[in-house]
Amino acid sequence: MSMNSVGRSTKSDQVAPSGSGDCSLLPAEPLLFEIGSTEHSGVDLPDIEVDDKRLGNFRRQTPLELPGLSEPENMRHYVRLSRLNYSIDAGLYPLGSCTMKHNPRLNEKMARLPGFADVHPLQPVSTVQGALGVISELAHWLMTLTNTSAVAMSPKAGAHGEMCGMMAIKAAHAASGQGHRNIVLVPESAHGTNPATAAFLGYKVVPIPAKSDGTVDVSAVEEALSADVAAIMLTNPNTCGLFEPDVKKIADAVHKAGGYFYCDGANFNAIMGVIRPGDLGIDAMHINLHKTFSTPHGGGGPGAGPVVLSDALAPFAPVPFVQKSNEGFVVEEHGDGNSSFGRLCAFHGQMGMFTRALTYMLSHGGDGLTQAAKDAVLNANYLKARLQEEFSMPYGDQPCMHETLSDDSFLEGTGVTTLDFAKAMIDEGYHPMTMYFPLVVHGAMLIEPTESESLYALDAFAQTMLDLAKSAKAGDVERFVNAPTKAPLRRLDETGAARNPVLKWSK
Amino acid sequence: MRYLPHSEAERKKMLDVIGIDSVDELFATVPKELKLREPIDLPPTSPEFEVEAHMGALAAKNRTGSDGPFFIGAGAYRHHVPASVDHLIQRSEWLTAYTPYQPEISQGTLQMLFEFQTQVAHLTGMEVANASMYDGSTSAAEAILMARRQTRRKKILLSGGLHPQYRDVIKTYLSADEGLVCFDADPKGTAQIITEIDNDTAAILVQTPDFYGNLHDIKALADAAHEKGALLIVVVTEIIALGLIEAPGALGADIVVGEGQSLGNPLGFGGPYVGLLATRSKFVRQMPGRLCGQTVDSEGRRGFVLTLSTREQHIRREKATSNICTNAGLCALAFSIHLSLLGEMGLQKLAKINHANACKLAVEMAKISGVEVLNSTFFNEFTIRVNKDANSVVNALAGKNILAGLPVSRLEPAKKDLENLIVLATTELTSSGDIEALVSALTSVLSGEELS
Repeated sequence: MSMNSVGRSTKSDQVAPSGSGDCSLLPAEPLLFEIGSTEHSGVDLPDIEVDDKRLGNFRRQTPLELPGLSEPENMRHYVRLSRLNYSIDAGLYPLGSCTMKHNPRLNEKMARLPGFADVHPLQPVSTVQGALGVISELAHWLMTLTNTSAVAMSPKAGAHGEMCGMMAIKAAHAASGQGHRNIVLVPESAHGTNPATAAFLGYKVVPIPAKSDGTVDVSAVEEALSADVAAIMLTNPNTCGLFEPDVKKIADAVHKAGGYFYCDGANFNAIMGVIRPGDLGIDAMHINLHKTFSTPHGGGGPGAGPVVLSDALAPFAPVPFVQKSNEGFVVEEHGDGNSSFGRLCAFHGQMGMFTRALTYMLSHGGDGLTQAAKDAVLNANYLKARLQEEFSMPYGDQPCMHETLSDDSFLEGTGVTTLDFAKAMIDEGYHPMTMYFPLVVHGAMLIEPTESESLYALDAFAQTMLDLAKSAKAGDVERFVNAPTKAPLRRLDETGAARNPVLKWSK
Repeated sequence: MRYLPHSEAERKKMLDVIGIDSVDELFATVPKELKLREPIDLPPTSPEFEVEAHMGALAAKNRTGSDGPFFIGAGAYRHHVPASVDHLIQRSEWLTAYTPYQPEISQGTLQMLFEFQTQVAHLTGMEVANASMYDGSTSAAEAILMARRQTRRKKILLSGGLHPQYRDVIKTYLSADEGLVCFDADPKGTAQIITEIDNDTAAILVQTPDFYGNLHDIKALADAAHEKGALLIVVVTEIIALGLIEAPGALGADIVVGEGQSLGNPLGFGGPYVGLLATRSKFVRQMPGRLCGQTVDSEGRRGFVLTLSTREQHIRREKATSNICTNAGLCALAFSIHLSLLGEMGLQKLAKINHANACKLAVEMAKISGVEVLNSTFFNEFTIRVNKDANSVVNALAGKNILAGLPVSRLEPAKKDLENLIVLATTELTSSGDIEALVSALTSVLSGEELS
């Protein structure tokens, strides 16, 4: 084993300050570039010489300036950093529309089996029959849960799935001589990705207003429909946490006008095993495996967004797709000569997420998934019932699905905003709910507890939320406008960060 | 069900608080005919050991990289990942955190992303990098859209050395529009893309080392592009190469995109991987994807936040630079941990070992009758022409438990001139024994009667 022969500099500007008042278990952690050294390494490799014969004139001259850390230094750096993060494993994570449910560790164990982790995507097909089997089984579960007959597995995230579904719709219109259709209808409550996806494909986005009860106005849809409308992008259950009761009418009207129904499946967790989107008349819907099927969010990805497709859109699905033959599974990797709209990524999609999601499904079974959806809805309604007296829930007179929505009218006149309220939750040990989304209510607070939370955890959360609301109303503004005071850092200057972007470390 | 905490008594208690008798009442807004009447037709709840047995049986049907000699690359590389990387990324605080939208309780993820961005900028020789993309292929497509926004021009030249699946992704993202010019497959890396650059060209996109392994003169390409006001996009699918070959940014590249899988991330049958995207500071407002920036908290302490989000879909909706809504956080973390373990010294050593193994293999391949090595330059991957159909040769070798590289025809079917080509890769995991086994088996397959 080679040992580092040069110690790291202990110049005063390179060590963490002492006497800073940092909390004992959460000291500030310097940047890797401040503690590492280009002469340290946590990997033992022989140092061999190579000549330039095969490198042309392209040998690297520019210094890499990449600091290294020995293994103990490295371990400490990333363990210390990790402790500055909130996580589902440490607490309730009520982010509406994000479905922060428990991530079973069996999923991680299965994804790490060498038979899945150490397999190349371009090995001969005869040597990867198990991997193709996973894709095929997962596809079967997704199609059964949605009552559809095709699924495109390769999209890498929800927004990539939207792109997939909308590209299939565009291809289908082009194939039937309807390529002139250039409008996509998007309800105002939609996720930002919906209009961004439609615009990406060159569509004009026409917003559809919501009714006062938070659901989409069918007559507004009917009015907006024309021979130029390609599709509607509708989230169901919607982002106010409500099931769209007129969904079938909307689907029928859109189909009658020659358009397709893209369903944003971000909120599928509320209805899996209870309602099948295929029965609602959808033509395409992405399923966020990282939400509904518990693949980890990982601090912001990787996601996975397979898209189920109706019979009308299935012929336009992207490559690759797995098929069964007499010799086992085969992969169709080329769109030439068929109507596939093309390819969305190299290789087969988020395989590591497929193994995790399939493990999750097998663990639950059909009955367990149905129970999970019902518990998710029960938990959200329980919180709604507990919070209703102090919060202002614009659609509170009807049951919600998996998430409950408050606006900020209960804070009126208190001097406390939704943002302040969220930051005060941090001091109470909670990650805030989704705030200022959906855009259709003022100062939105969207709370999604998921099925993973026990009654004890829900009661503790409700107690904290009620206490905060009462405190705001009682005029204890200090508790909010200065919050958080107990987190590793106080509020950060986001405006300054955007005005003078510092996007990398420099000496 | 082990993941669902409630007892029936607790469910009843909760229903009482809500003031209803049954959970079904919560679905009252759903029209009756839209609800499933029968239980869904799927197997029931399974204990852990049964799920393990089921998944284990599927895994056992795959031939793993360690089961025998292995020479496949082509955009995904079999490198060793230090044990501590996988341990660290499974910590709850990394694995089960959300996107760092609440910076006060997400400084771990944010600081890591800031370090990641810095590492990618240094590796590629660029001024700024984002917090990662889905993978290399989608990064390449997004880079082209970015170049079009930046130059307000349409024409794009794609080099014939680009990974064929990357080319197909770009075609799909651009709906194969009239501005896209794809050069023919270019196994020897000699096609003259430079002469096609004109005043309408938004960007040229060149992979180096390219799909066939050839290294390209980035400086000459950059100079030619810039002379016409076009941008140069460089694609790197084997990021370890930048430990030994010059940083594209130092040679004039305007956007560098890459696949970061080689650092920290297993082959995993193709994903999830981590897309890299780096550019010049002056183009930052046209960049897609998340960016992490340094700032201070209200007490003046250094901290990090997601920034410049006015480019992004959740703020700009239909006017966003991209519809992308995520990055590859956990894969970026694995990349960053692995690279910080290596450091400059480790990465250089690793790159040299990779290259030396490829040199060794190339020498041996050239000695085999019926094999021609096409490359004059390469890093850890090169192309051979064999005197028989490459697909049949690779399948025959797979029958001898040797995964002998990628027959180009798998990705470029129906192209006669590519039918006999195989792309071979080595890494630090390639042993002399592996090379000997391949040489002996390939010699036998090419000389024997096993194939017509």
